[in-house]
Amino acid sequence: MEYIPNIVFAIVLIIGIGYFTRNVKKLSRNIKLGKNVDVSDNKKQRWKNLAYIALGQSKMVKRPISGILHIVVYLGFVIINIEVLEIIVDGLLGTHRIGHKFLPEALYGFLIGSFEILAVLVLVAVIIFWIRRNVIKIKRFIKAEMTGWPKSDGNIILYFEVVLMCLFLVMNATDTIFQSYNSGNVISQHIAPWFSSLSDSAIHTIERIAWWIHIIGILLFLNYLYFSKHLHILLAFPNTYYGKLTPQGQFTNNAAVTKEVQLMMDPDADPYAVPAEGAEEEVPEKFGASDVQDLTWVNLLNAYTCTECGRCTSECPANLTGKKLSPRKIMMDTRDRLEEVGKNIDANKGTFVDDGKQLLGDYITNEELWACTSCNACVEACPVSIDPLNIIMEMRRYLVMEQSAAPTELNNMMTNIENNGAPWPYNQMDRLNWKNE
Amino acid sequence: MSEQLIVPTMAELMAEGKVPDILFWVGSAGSYDDRAKKITKAFVKILNKAKVNFAVLGTEESATGDLAKRAGNEFLFQMQAVMNIEVLNSYNVKRIVTCDPHSFNCIKNEYPGLGGKYEVLHHTQFIKELINTNKLEIKEGKYKDKRITFHDPCYLGRANSEYNAPRDVLKTLNATLLEMKRSKATALCCGAGGAQMFKEPEKGDKDINELRTEDALQTNPDIIATGCPYCMTMMSDGVKVKEKENTIKVMDVAELIASSQNL
Repeated sequence: MEYIPNIVFAIVLIIGIGYFTRNVKKLSRNIKLGKNVDVSDNKKQRWKNLAYIALGQSKMVKRPISGILHIVVYLGFVIINIEVLEIIVDGLLGTHRIGHKFLPEALYGFLIGSFEILAVLVLVAVIIFWIRRNVIKIKRFIKAEMTGWPKSDGNIILYFEVVLMCLFLVMNATDTIFQSYNSGNVISQHIAPWFSSLSDSAIHTIERIAWWIHIIGILLFLNYLYFSKHLHILLAFPNTYYGKLTPQGQFTNNAAVTKEVQLMMDPDADPYAVPAEGAEEEVPEKFGASDVQDLTWVNLLNAYTCTECGRCTSECPANLTGKKLSPRKIMMDTRDRLEEVGKNIDANKGTFVDDGKQLLGDYITNEELWACTSCNACVEACPVSIDPLNIIMEMRRYLVMEQSAAPTELNNMMTNIENNGAPWPYNQMDRLNWKNE
Repeated sequence: MSEQLIVPTMAELMAEGKVPDILFWVGSAGSYDDRAKKITKAFVKILNKAKVNFAVLGTEESATGDLAKRAGNEFLFQMQAVMNIEVLNSYNVKRIVTCDPHSFNCIKNEYPGLGGKYEVLHHTQFIKELINTNKLEIKEGKYKDKRITFHDPCYLGRANSEYNAPRDVLKTLNATLLEMKRSKATALCCGAGGAQMFKEPEKGDKDINELRTEDALQTNPDIIATGCPYCMTMMSDGVKVKEKENTIKVMDVAELIASSQNL
């Protein structure tokens, strides 16, 4: 009978981690639906970006208030989670504060003491975050795409963190053995007196309940990630690693187009040539992107990484002047469509069955795509190296090259370039006339 | 004035057996747009003054294809690029300077993958080089103590992280340089990028160039300086919308340098 708590704990842990693993696999499969792209270059710079941008939060602090508050929550999250290790070992072995047994008293006290201080700081930061979203209503949190689930999601995460931090502190405060060490209980010693009127066994029960809900809460939160924008706490790291290294202004040259152009320019090429015997029937490649499978897996990783902070949108010239384009919405739409495609694959035994929908049109409209000035403000603003512009450009390519659906004025401009090498209808022979004017 | 401009073409130099040190890529706007042509001429005056051995392609130059690429027409872009690269490589061009950040970005970053590898400079970078190597002397001129604010072109600034060259050049004027609240990496686009220059904006509550002009006006400038022919159009229009065209001038960095030295 005495092993029942250990067994229950092990089962809870297996369910929690197992379900999470299942979803991580799904996540990874969905990301791999994207086209392959070679990102094996320049590993040194990539690790550096991961260290500075994700670990070091260097772009977060470009906005000092939210940046510093975020660092508090981030540090709190990372450091307090060391405590989860102890909880897991205790839970499985039926021990109590095993760290205290193995670590020097002073070190253990120092660790738990820092966790307690961080827990309070996290609480304060999270409450300020909640006020920014719900009371001050900072503009970027109340844009058109931030209603319904995305709005609730943002708050649910904050509630989760408040509850977890409170449970951690209560758990320590009601742990009479821990309090008797009188080391590391910097915050909880002030909470302990609230419970002093209760009987010892009642205090112990509260401690056990807080301990259990705390660890179950952590496992729930872990599993909540997949359904939430909060995935960024994991994906920010690979995302900054795989982020763009070339100058922001450098757009990819479409390789399929290069092949065609070379063929057109090659005077020896025979357009009617019979393909070599045994050569694979070449499927003409689709130019640009109309759905998530046409994007690269880095684009799709970007989409899952987005935590909807809206810094991109708040810097977007189109959005600032009332246009429908919001770079954040581009990322959210890409992720939502990818999820839909993933569910379709799950429901159809591993293969995607055409659902008559696609990213272009059903999620992202032409109007949004044509409002982009390609200015890179969104790319610059993103604290985790997401590139919404790349997706916008791929979809423009599809609109122009597959559908000839550019706005009329742009078609005129392009016809001019084709005919006389300038966006205006001037003769190429007049190109040097300015010299004598 | 115009007859003083010395603008040799690559073909002319080749016929004479000469090789220029640098190619001046004029670009479509610099060749045809009335306002941008003034920037082109101002830059040529600087090149002439500094006795730079340069040449242009003249009628052999064609649109870079940048506009087509940003509009989504990768075919047209690559056709233009391949044609231009063929011409540039046939003249064995090594170094290119241009007044257009869009051409600058496109040739510098997107041509190499298609076989066109050159050292590409924005004209503000080249003017800075001329000043630093004492090929161009800047005497204190009429812009001393004028209030100048620089609008970063996206394709020079964010796209290629060049924020200093235009500012360093402007500093030689001994003017008061003012920064807008959104500048350098967080500068607001003028509204022309991504082929927007050639189409009507989507429905919204304001035009982007108007918003950007408001940023500039907040610094209370005498002159809004820029380094891009498209920004020039957008900012000039913005100043007109705000009915400030009589008190505030929009000028390219090259124009400011040329006119300060009475070129």
